[in-house]
Amino acid sequence: MKNTLEIRWHGRGGQGAKTAALLLADVAFTAGKNVQGFPEYGPERMGAPITAFNRISADPIRVHSNIYEPDFVAVVDETLLVSVDVTDGLSKDGAIIINTPKSAEEIKPLLRGYEGRVITIDARGISEQTLGKNFPNTPMLAAMAAVTGVMEKDDFFREMQASFAHKFAKKPQVIEGNMKALQMAYEVAESA
Amino acid sequence: METPIRQRMSGNEAVSEAIRQVNPDVMPAFPITPSTEIPQMVSTFIANGQVDTEFIPVESEHSAMSAAIGSEAAGARTMTATSSAGLALMWEELLLAASNRLPIALTLVNRTLSGPININCDHSDSMGARDTGWIQIYAENNQEVYDNYIQAFPIAEDKRVHLPIMICQDGFITSHAVENIQLLPDAPVKAFVGDYDPEEYLLNPGKPIAIGPYSISAYAMEAKKAQAVAMENAREVILEVAERFYQMSGRKYGFFESYRMEDAEYCMLLIGSAAGTAKEAVDELREQGFKVGVLKIRVFRPFPEKEIAEALKGCKAVAIMDRVESYNGCCGPLGSEVTAGLFRNKVMIETVCYTYGLAGRDFTTTHVKEIFGALKALVEEGKPIPHNQYIGLRTRS
Repeated sequence: MKNTLEIRWHGRGGQGAKTAALLLADVAFTAGKNVQGFPEYGPERMGAPITAFNRISADPIRVHSNIYEPDFVAVVDETLLVSVDVTDGLSKDGAIIINTPKSAEEIKPLLRGYEGRVITIDARGISEQTLGKNFPNTPMLAAMAAVTGVMEKDDFFREMQASFAHKFAKKPQVIEGNMKALQMAYEVAESA
Repeated sequence: METPIRQRMSGNEAVSEAIRQVNPDVMPAFPITPSTEIPQMVSTFIANGQVDTEFIPVESEHSAMSAAIGSEAAGARTMTATSSAGLALMWEELLLAASNRLPIALTLVNRTLSGPININCDHSDSMGARDTGWIQIYAENNQEVYDNYIQAFPIAEDKRVHLPIMICQDGFITSHAVENIQLLPDAPVKAFVGDYDPEEYLLNPGKPIAIGPYSISAYAMEAKKAQAVAMENAREVILEVAERFYQMSGRKYGFFESYRMEDAEYCMLLIGSAAGTAKEAVDELREQGFKVGVLKIRVFRPFPEKEIAEALKGCKAVAIMDRVESYNGCCGPLGSEVTAGLFRNKVMIETVCYTYGLAGRDFTTTHVKEIFGALKALVEEGKPIPHNQYIGLRTRS
């Protein structure tokens, strides 16, 4: 689709790849864009590989198929690199963002010759440091926002603050940690 | 015209929002799989006091439709929601709802009927129920299913019609996808739908009636003919309600949408979310000078045979797309009815029937282009292709 940013998320059931795609659609919507956020439903179970998608555009979006030639890919679980062809169809002008403590150089041999940008981010480490638990989708969302430049940085943080305030209305104590996770991940991705 | 409210939500949320605005009297529904999030979302509105709908959590869809029949017969505006095998379990009662002339509104999320065991989108559930006497209206996206649901009650409850109505959307593809939408404010929606004022109903001591008694052969056939006439009447009512909806929303609806059909030589005719994908491909092909268009069926029951034939008469060939297998060795239901309609209206163009998207198989712009290429080769080069075939099957590697 012309003038449309297309993103594919790879994760395992339970890691929040679908939630990340829906949250990205949400913040892009509040920034005035036309959006799509949708999962591909396979055998839904914890740990099974799942895929989710985003289209983001200034124009109305009509296509209702999966994304085969994404501009960007996010891999929420690095163990998928051996079993799923995560760079399949990925634009070499785009980028892949991978949740791993390893460096991009260490990961590249697993990417079947992908020539575009490779960005690694220790989403698990950031999450455990800021939230005390492994919720990798929040840092991955920030990294995706930073790498795609889908919206202004200030707008992203303002909208995410509002989104968390709504989502965690009954446990506001977790909002600060989530915002911190976003900030750390955004900075890592920005400077990668 | 009302000022739209810019929002984003899934197709399930969009329907639930319309239900909240309409605030029906009664909603019997089976609250878990195979149904969708819709009963859960409506339950939340009820718990929050946003609507005063009476929710009846039943033990099966057979009971959901039975309760809906009882409730509607009693004189209450009634709706239910289901999907896939849930609709199959309602089957027997679907026909009774229609023959008793009860304007129940059912919101359906189209998902396949197993087997093989699968939960994803195709039209086997509602297409199987196409001859049960229900009006059927289909949507391309969350916007259309929201708009169609608001129009459902004024169509079904019209005194010329009095028939149940099924508002369909594609499972997962639109039901679970978050997209932009323009909502309408509550007050104009409520005014548009109005109050339910049935002429005759069971709980009316001033005018006692019987609903659903045994009908001997000397009279039953007339009842069925009256039902067929009501379905015929639905045509004009659907268009009247669409016009009134246009005045409120600025969004136009008819029996179908013609996209770039003015000078089209080749057409793809289909139902549901795949129409958006087809339009995208049509725009790309048009840039190359290929005169192609899309005809997206919105109203499948009553079937707009004459209007479709009229819309296609300038074309050289049409691909008729069915998201369901009829196992008849010819083609799916849309293929059968469109080709019969073309013949009866003396529109003798090439037709090729395709089966696509079964059990959630993806349908892409590449498929659309391949089909238009095949139509063109058939007409211009005389290159024969099977008139009944599948698109998107796996190939041996």
